[in-house]
Amino acid sequence: MTPLLRCQNLSKQFGAFHALYNLNLSIGRGRIIGLLGPNGSGKTTLIKLANGLLAPSFGEIFVGENKPGPETKKIVSYLPDRTYFDQWMRVHDCLSLFRDFYEDFDTAKANDMLFSLKIDPNALFRSLSKGTKEKVQLVLVMSRKAQLYLLDEPIGGVDPAARDYILQTIISNYNEEGTVIISTHLIQDIEKVLDDVIFLMNGQVERFASVDAIREYEKKSVDEVFREVFRC
Amino acid sequence: MKWIFDNDRPIYVQLTYLIKLGIVSGAFPAGSAMPSVRTLATEAGVNPNTMQKALSDLEGIGLLHTQRTAGRYVTEDTGAIEQTKQTLAQKHIDVFFEGMNSLGMDGKTAITLAEKSLNNSSREVM
Repeated sequence: MTPLLRCQNLSKQFGAFHALYNLNLSIGRGRIIGLLGPNGSGKTTLIKLANGLLAPSFGEIFVGENKPGPETKKIVSYLPDRTYFDQWMRVHDCLSLFRDFYEDFDTAKANDMLFSLKIDPNALFRSLSKGTKEKVQLVLVMSRKAQLYLLDEPIGGVDPAARDYILQTIISNYNEEGTVIISTHLIQDIEKVLDDVIFLMNGQVERFASVDAIREYEKKSVDEVFREVFRC
Repeated sequence: MKWIFDNDRPIYVQLTYLIKLGIVSGAFPAGSAMPSVRTLATEAGVNPNTMQKALSDLEGIGLLHTQRTAGRYVTEDTGAIEQTKQTLAQKHIDVFFEGMNSLGMDGKTAITLAEKSLNNSSREVM
């Protein structure tokens, strides 16, 4: 079967700096994967390349059969690391925007999740706290029935209770056709939810292994292993 | 049921153990239907594939079985469940004696102390 995400000698240069260098990666379906690495290791660059927001300097990236473009955007649900809604928009306007853009958007599900998180659909988006803005964006992204979810730092700014709810949402959303890739620094919080982890180091894959394989082999949590590998 | 995990062992191994505890303690009674993988995974806050692996392992040793259309059930074989309970109990006993040994106490002394503790405390005697 074609992998859901495939990178071949993928490189991205910003001037003289290699954000990604000759990266090879193949990711299948039905997985929940942690994309881990220190600041500047290339996590956001990789996610942006997968969304077609950046173009490779060398090499190639495929989502299913296609290079990033209109076809792949239909099946990729992307949570960026910043907000992008207009000043005038209320939360329900954000929902309408998603409903207009994406065929696979489930409005009822989004409203349910907003209700669980006690977010008022009539609130002005710009008036919300940083954490609540992040929650709204995550609700939108998780309410699509996509195949590939690319979540760039989804839980960094939210409180621990909401974090649990978000992780539960990711688990209960799980389906065998879809894959979720989560970039984060909060490894300890999400470790139990992951199938596999990818460690990125200087724009290359340092390791790609299952959480239980790492625990079995190293007799330590992934969080502890990460701290050793990337010790400053 | 409480789902608490250590850091130094694979998660599926710990899940297998916790579900075994659930079965021998009656939280998952003999012959009863098990909740779905998704429900259990959400409750435990773990990856559904990991939960699936743990359940398959328990099927492998006969504590659970799958009925083609109706889902997964706890075994009706109460003998097998009792056997599992004994094995788990033995492990606790081994740990107890090892601990007491490391304090320089022999088995008899350890048992005397344990009995004394049982009599002194308001611990429930079944």
